[in-house]
Parts: sequence; structure tokens; C-alpha cells
Amino acid sequence: MTQSVVVQVGQCGNQVGCRFWDLALREYAAVNKKGLYDEALSSFFRNVDTRADGDAADISRGKICSLKARALLIDMEEGVVNEILQGPLRDVFDSKQLITDVSGSGNNWAVGHRLYGCQYRDRIVEKLRKAAERCDCLQCFFVIHSMGGGTGSGLGTFILNVLEEEFPEVYRFVTSVYPSGEDDVITSPYNSVLAMKELSEHADCVLPIENESLFDIVSKINQMTKSGKLGSCVKQSSLVTSGGIKPTKEKPFDAMNNIVANLLLNLTSSARFEGSLNMDLNEITMNLVPFPRLHYLVSSLTPLYTLADVNVPSRRLDQMFSDAFSKDHQLIRADPKHCLYLACALLVRGNVHVSDLRRNIERLKPSLRFVSWNQEGWKTGLCSVPPVGHSHSLLTLANNTCVKHTFLELKERFMRLYKKKAHLHHYLHTDGMEQSCFSEALSSLSDLIEEYNQLDVTNCGPAIDPPRLKIAM
Amino acid sequence: MSVITIQLGQCGNQVGREVFHAISKDLHSTHGLCSRKENDAYQAASKERFFSQEETGVPAARAVLVDMEPKVIGQTLSMALKSGSWKYDDQSHFCQKQGSGNNWANGYCVHGPKHKEVIMDLVQKEAEKCDRLSGFLTLLSMAGGTGSGLGAFVTESLRDAYPTLFLLNHVIWPYGLGEVIVQNYNSVLTLSHLYQTSDALLVHENDAIHKICAQLMNIKQISFQDVNQVIAHQLGSIFQPAYSSDGASQYSRSPLGDLMEALVPHPEFKMLGLRNIPQMSENSLAFSTFAWPGLLKHLRQMLIANAKMEEGIDWQVRPPLPGLPPSQKQSLNRTAHFNTSIANLITLRGKDVQTADLGGFRDPALYTSWLSVQDALAVWKTPRAFNKYEKSASLVSNSQFLLKPLDGVVAKAWKMFASKAYVHRYTKFGIEEEDFLDCFTTLEQVIASYSSL
Ligand SMILES: Nc1nc2c(ncn2[C@@H]2O[C@H](COP(=O)(O)OP(=O)(O)OP(=O)(O)O)[C@@H](O)[C@H]2O)c(=O)[nH]1
Ligand SMILES: Nc1nc2c(ncn2[C@@H]2O[C@H](COP(=O)(O)OP(=O)(O)O)[C@@H](O)[C@H]2O)c(=O)[nH]1
Ligand SMILES: [Mg+2]
Repeated sequence: MTQSVVVQVGQCGNQVGCRFWDLALREYAAVNKKGLYDEALSSFFRNVDTRADGDAADISRGKICSLKARALLIDMEEGVVNEILQGPLRDVFDSKQLITDVSGSGNNWAVGHRLYGCQYRDRIVEKLRKAAERCDCLQCFFVIHSMGGGTGSGLGTFILNVLEEEFPEVYRFVTSVYPSGEDDVITSPYNSVLAMKELSEHADCVLPIENESLFDIVSKINQMTKSGKLGSCVKQSSLVTSGGIKPTKEKPFDAMNNIVANLLLNLTSSARFEGSLNMDLNEITMNLVPFPRLHYLVSSLTPLYTLADVNVPSRRLDQMFSDAFSKDHQLIRADPKHCLYLACALLVRGNVHVSDLRRNIERLKPSLRFVSWNQEGWKTGLCSVPPVGHSHSLLTLANNTCVKHTFLELKERFMRLYKKKAHLHHYLHTDGMEQSCFSEALSSLSDLIEEYNQLDVTNCGPAIDPPRLKIAM
Repeated sequence: MSVITIQLGQCGNQVGREVFHAISKDLHSTHGLCSRKENDAYQAASKERFFSQEETGVPAARAVLVDMEPKVIGQTLSMALKSGSWKYDDQSHFCQKQGSGNNWANGYCVHGPKHKEVIMDLVQKEAEKCDRLSGFLTLLSMAGGTGSGLGAFVTESLRDAYPTLFLLNHVIWPYGLGEVIVQNYNSVLTLSHLYQTSDALLVHENDAIHKICAQLMNIKQISFQDVNQVIAHQLGSIFQPAYSSDGASQYSRSPLGDLMEALVPHPEFKMLGLRNIPQMSENSLAFSTFAWPGLLKHLRQMLIANAKMEEGIDWQVRPPLPGLPPSQKQSLNRTAHFNTSIANLITLRGKDVQTADLGGFRDPALYTSWLSVQDALAVWKTPRAFNKYEKSASLVSNSQFLLKPLDGVVAKAWKMFASKAYVHRYTKFGIEEEDFLDCFTTLEQVIASYSSL
């Protein structure tokens, strides 16, 4: 089996990453009853004998000794990482996996990307190599970061470049948290647009996530829980409460970050566990990215609050599929149903059969619009291990033109600042940062939006089939 | 004679284990309904074909398991072991860490050359275990990357290494409505390559089998295992021993050779389809009786109306009237959905097989004009009942049955190709646009050939 290394950068990256490791441990605790270190565990964790001193070698088989996350924690402030090291997850990381500084990036992409990029490049490469050496088949890097700040956005995308140079064969999946309209960070539109150019050029696949969507989903769940609709049947370990290692007290972002953590767990489940139709990570890009730059995938997770019993009647199961396509289950504020699909993947976990998939695809297909050359653009995966506390779940990944609305909005916010040249000087102070960086990033974003526009335009009318090859008989 | 099965990719391995399971179950069935002597001969022939006797007593499947990821093979080996009645040789498999990612080019251009030696060594080891080897049966799906791409490569390697042996590719045709988005590309690449190397392609369409599970087997929640069991049953019904001529005293000696001889009279036509009757759940089976005339009448109509199962057959379809000029015959065929055959092989198993009248299949109107009925129809029989069915008939046909699905796959792939979507994923591994064009040309030729029957 293959391994993945998580690179979590900046405050957001590390806070989300922290939730991911917590839930990953909880999942393995539920699945791995024997306490043996197996292939599934090896995909995200090393097994280390901590009694040996020095650079302990990995133990490849047998009982679980001490699990270490295949992760690199990077932040140019110490706060969040220190907190993680004092928290319940401290044993999963060791000091060799960290890179921190004290002064932060001041919400400035240029500081993260240029200044710290130069300064920390060698250290980052060294630690990445170390992590890679410990894998016997490294398949994927998961970069987790936010777009709006300085470290995650700037240094995070710098690392993406480094990964491409140093490990060209290893996939680069990026989970990017986009700022909301009323974000505290005033310069977040600059940071995001500058980061977008890097994502478009150097990632294999980006999973955009908007904080507003996460917030809405969390509110809805809270509301339902309070209003008693779910009443006493809310399980302790439901999707959005932090189970596993007992929560001391929930931090404001925790519930939101759990959603992102679950996205990553479900995305990788079919590569880690058995199923009757496996979906390896390399199949995601192969099936969902028809053109290299259009690699932004809109995701939705269901059921978010249907806390199902063991024997699920069909109707409930079908509801899960319907919800996955509704606007309020998407992890960005977008409506894929009313836009154009280039491709769509359904990753199912648990007690779901091929016939359930077929029935639902056939049911949903008429209400969805697909690009003319990919009318049957569905990819499916069936993983037999359900998520903890549920009998089944669904993750959809859509390559859909609806993502352009997020980009358009971002562009508008960027323009509002850029027209007045507001705060520009903070950026231009940094070595190697010129105004052309801004204009190039802007035109990269505009081009991307235009590519989606083109698809929308050319797929309005009825499609004309290309004439087939003629055979001389 | 023996047959070595090569299971490739997730699909090939999941189907393969059900095939051996079905054959093993039939082997040990107590429902044979024939003489002790007959049963012994049948068992001996079947064992020689599919299993080698190991010292431990549990027979080992004559199979090589290949996948580019470890999970499916791990599961397959342990499931076989659990059965207790057969197993896989524990040295006869090969897997890697990460799959081909649904990329035919990755399987064909990268994994193929890289692992050729190991895989061919495993095949040779299996071959050395056989006293007499008839040929190879490869099991693969054409939608993914490993079964399809590596499968095509391995098929070519087998052809080179064993030029005199028979080579039958069993191909799983994907569900029409996607499981793999690039499935039409992968299918076009697979089919065109196999068509040039293999002796014949035996095709199972997932959609058709799915329908059988729903309508004939009455399964409410259908899993891949259910689908695979139906496929395995059908394959068993043609590959288990049968007498290839009346009055023969020995079970057919070269299972694959006899099959090719019966069904592939011309190298331009090598697409084979399989249907069987009756097919039902065990519960219903207990309450049913069958007579040969009824079974064969249905089977004949399934053939000419191109129905994959006995439910929902169009009884209006008739063979064209004799004596019509070919041009008129053709247009008539098309309007009436008549499925013209090149050759058919019928296998009958069970009670009173000698009384079964196959007159309906000897009608020259069923076939092309360039082959006489004697050459176009082969019949195999055995009084040994198969898998709990007192009487059963299966039909392998080389006919126009696949025209529509094939045309659909080529059309969809062509449309995608015109937009250049996903093509960069293939060029990355060395499959260029011209290679695609060659493959399209090959398949358009196949379509044209079958259309002109
Ligand atoms: N009938 C049947 N079809 C299957 C089964 N498993 C997969 N398929 C079909 O096979 C196709 C997918 O190919 P796989 O066999 O999973 O792919 P692979 O050969 O392992 O190749 P990669 O995973 O790309 O390396 C789809 O069309 C599935 O419908 C099965 O057990 N039975
Ligand atoms: N979902 C989520 N968003 C966060 C979290 N922490 C910060 N953010 C968002 O990230 C952006 C600020 O970036 P931050 O990660 O704090 O900056 P950095 O440390 O310099 O990368 C803003 O848009 C915040 O709303 C978190 O834990 N979860
Ligand atoms: Mg596979």
C-alpha cells in the first residue's frame, strides 16, 4: 500500500491538521481491533519504538508501539504548534517534524512566500526528504493551509513549488481554506489571489473550502441538535463533535475544522481500506481533471446530521445522495446543480451496494448538466469500512464550473483594494516582490475564470457530434 | 488438457475467485444426476483443466494473480483459503503498491515492460505444472488501468512466448453509466490491442448481468459479488467438460482449441457473447421443472433477438426470409433487430440431453451466407448436470450482439477525443494522439465488418 505525507502550514493548516490526526486516530482505533500495525495504518502513520534512543527506526510489522504521524508542521509563529505539543496529540509528533519561527508573516503573502521561503527552504527540503525516506511508496502530499493569511498562503504555496521540484512523481493535493467576505484579515484578497496563481500552476488537485460554508453547516447542525429534531439520538461521536481523544474544551474553529478533517479521511478511505470498487488517490486526478489547470474540485459530505441506525431503509440512503447535490451541503458557497459538470465522483463508505449507486446516479442524472463530451462523467468508489459512528457516508467531488463564482468574488475583493493600491507597500518591501507579481497573479486568475466561462458558453446549445472516422471497405 | 487463468486488476481477480469457486462447487456437487463412472470422468477432466493437485490435498487453481495494488489480491487469496475446498498457489501472484490509476497507458507502457519478466516467470511456473496445456484464459475489465493496459501487454507477451497455444481474453464491459470516467478511452485502447493479438474476446456486459441479478435472481441489493457469481456460473457452464461430438467417449481434450475451432472461422470476427438458460435463484430452482424444447426455443429467440436473458425477449424478431438479395436482407435485419450469427456453440448439460432437438439452430437463415450450417453450429453435451440445474443450456455466439455497445463506446470516446480532454494523461506515459487514431481505426473496422453481415 502507499503512504501519504501531510504538510500543514500556518495557523489554519495546523489547526485543521490537528483535527485530522485526532479523527484519523479515532478511525483506526475503531477499525483496527487487534492493535497490530498494518498496511492501512501505515498510510498515514509510522510505527516507532520509542524506547530506542536517537533516531528510532520504524517497525514495519507487529504490535503497535508508538504511532507517529507522517506529517510536517510548519508555522512562522509558535503559538498553535506549541499548543498542539502540549495537547493530547503530543505523542504523535516529535520535534524533528516541526519548523517554527517566532515572528509570524503578518498576514503578508510576500513575507511567507519570499522571505521565509528563502530562509527555510533547506530545512523544509531536508525534513520532507526524511519523511519521504520513511515511506516505502510515497504517493501523495496533502498540503493543508488557508489562503487568507501570510504563512499558509505564502509559505504554503512556496512549499508546493518545492514539492514539485523535489518530488515530481508524487501527487500534490491541496486543501485550501478560502477567506469569507467579512474576514478579519484585510489583506486576505491579496494573499488569496497571489496564492491562486501558485495553486493553478503547481497543484495536481485543489479542494477549495470556504469558511462561510463550514460555518453555515455547523450552525445548521447545532440548530437541529438544539431544536430537538434529533433529540436524544445524537451520538457522542458524530461527524462534527470531536470524539476520540477526549475533547477538553472545544475551540471555536474545531467544529468547522472537523468537517475538513472528515473530508480528508473520506477522500483517502478507499485507498486505505478494502472495498469492492477501490479508488486509489491517483484515480482522482485521472478521472476528475480533464485539463491540467482545471483541477479545482468542489466537495460535499453527507450525511452531515442524519445519524443513521445500523439497518438503513433505502429511502434514507437515497436522501444522502440527494443532499450531496444540494447547495447547503457544499464546502464552498456554490450551486453545482445549476452549473456545468465536467466530471463527478461519488466516494461511498460502508453499507452501500452497486445497485444503490446505480439507482441514485440514474435518478440524479436528469437534474444535472454535464459537458457534452462527458455526458457520463461519473466515477465511483465503494469502500467497505464505514466512518466511525455511521453505517455509511458519501463524499462527492465535482469538477464544476460553479467554482468560478468563488473566484469571481475573490477577484472583486482584490480589485477593490488593488484599484486604490491599498497596503501594496507592505508587500513591495519584501525582496523580489514587484508590482508585476500582482498583475500576473490577477491575470492568471482572470484566465482561469475565462476557461470556466468558455465551457459554460460552448455548452449552452445542443452539441454537434464530431463526424466519425470513415473506413474504406 | 489444462487451461491457465490469468487474473488481472481488481475486476479480474474478483471475477476469477468466483469462477474457481463455481467450478469447485460444481466439481463436488452431489446433484450430478448421472452414473458414477460418468461423474468420475467429468471430475477428472475438470480437475485437470483448472486445478493442480498439491501435496496437502487441497487442489490449487491453475492461475496467476496480477494487480498493481495489494488489497484485492490479499483479499482474494484469503477468501480462497477459507473455502477449504480449493486454494491459490501461494507463490503464484504478483502485486505492487499503487494501482495504474485507471490509466491504460500507465498499465501498458509503464507497468507492462517493468514487470514483464516476473509475470512471465509466474506463468511459466504454472505452465510447467501442466502435463498438457491448451492455452490461457485472461480475466480483465477494460475500464480500469491494470486489467486493461497491463492486461493488453501481458496478452501480447503471452502471444510471443507461447505462439502455438490458444489465447482467450475474457473482458468485462463496464456499466454504461460510469464508474470510471475515462473508461471509453481505456476500452478503445484495450479492445483494439486485444483484437490484434488474441484468438477471441469473450465479453460480459456489467449492465446485462446486473439486470439478470435484479430480474432473474431477484436480488434486491446487488453487489459486485452477486454480479460475479452469475458471470462465474456462465463461464463454468461452457468451460466445464462436455463431449464435443455425439458418440464421443472422451471429454473434449483441448477446451480452448475446440472453442476457437467452433466459433472463430475468420480472424476478422472474434467477439464472443455468452447467454444461458435457465438462470434463477436457488429458491426458485427448487420449484421449477424444465423441458428441452422450451429451453431451446427460448435460447434461440434470445439469440436472434439479442436478448441477454429469458425475460423480456422480443418474440416479434424473425430470421429474414430466404432468397432475398443481400442488400434487402440487410435493411430488413436492421429494422427487425435481427441478430445475424457467424457461428454458435451450444452446450447442453443434464438429464435427457440426447433427446434435445436443435433443429431451430440449424436454420441457415440464422447465419451468414459464407458458412454452411454444419460449420457454423457446434453442439457439446454431457449428461452430467451442472451446478444444481437438472437441465441447462448455454450458448456462445459470434454474432452482431456487440455492435450497439461497441458503437456506443467508440462514439463516446471519439467525442471526448475531439475535445482533447484527458489526452494529456496518456501522452504523459507515451500513448500519442496517433496511437489513439490507430485504435479508433481498428475498431471502426470491426464495427464495419460486423455491420456488413
Ligand atoms: N463484473 C465486475 N466488474 C467489476 C468488478 N470490479 C470492477 N469491475 C469493473 O471494472 C472496471 C474497473 O476496473 P478495475 O478492475 O477496478 O481496474 P484495475 O484493472 O484494477 O485497474 P486500476 O485500478 O486502474 O489499476 C469497472 O468497469 C467496474 O465495473 C467486479 O468484481 N465484477
Ligand atoms: N476553517 C478554519 N479557518 C481558519 C482557521 N484558522 C484561521 N483560519 C482562516 O485562515 C485565514 C487566516 O490565515 P491564518 O491561517 O490564520 O494565517 P497564517 O497562519 O499566516 O497562515 C482566515 O481566513 C481565517 O478565517 C481554522 O482553524 N479553521
Ligand atoms: Mg485497481
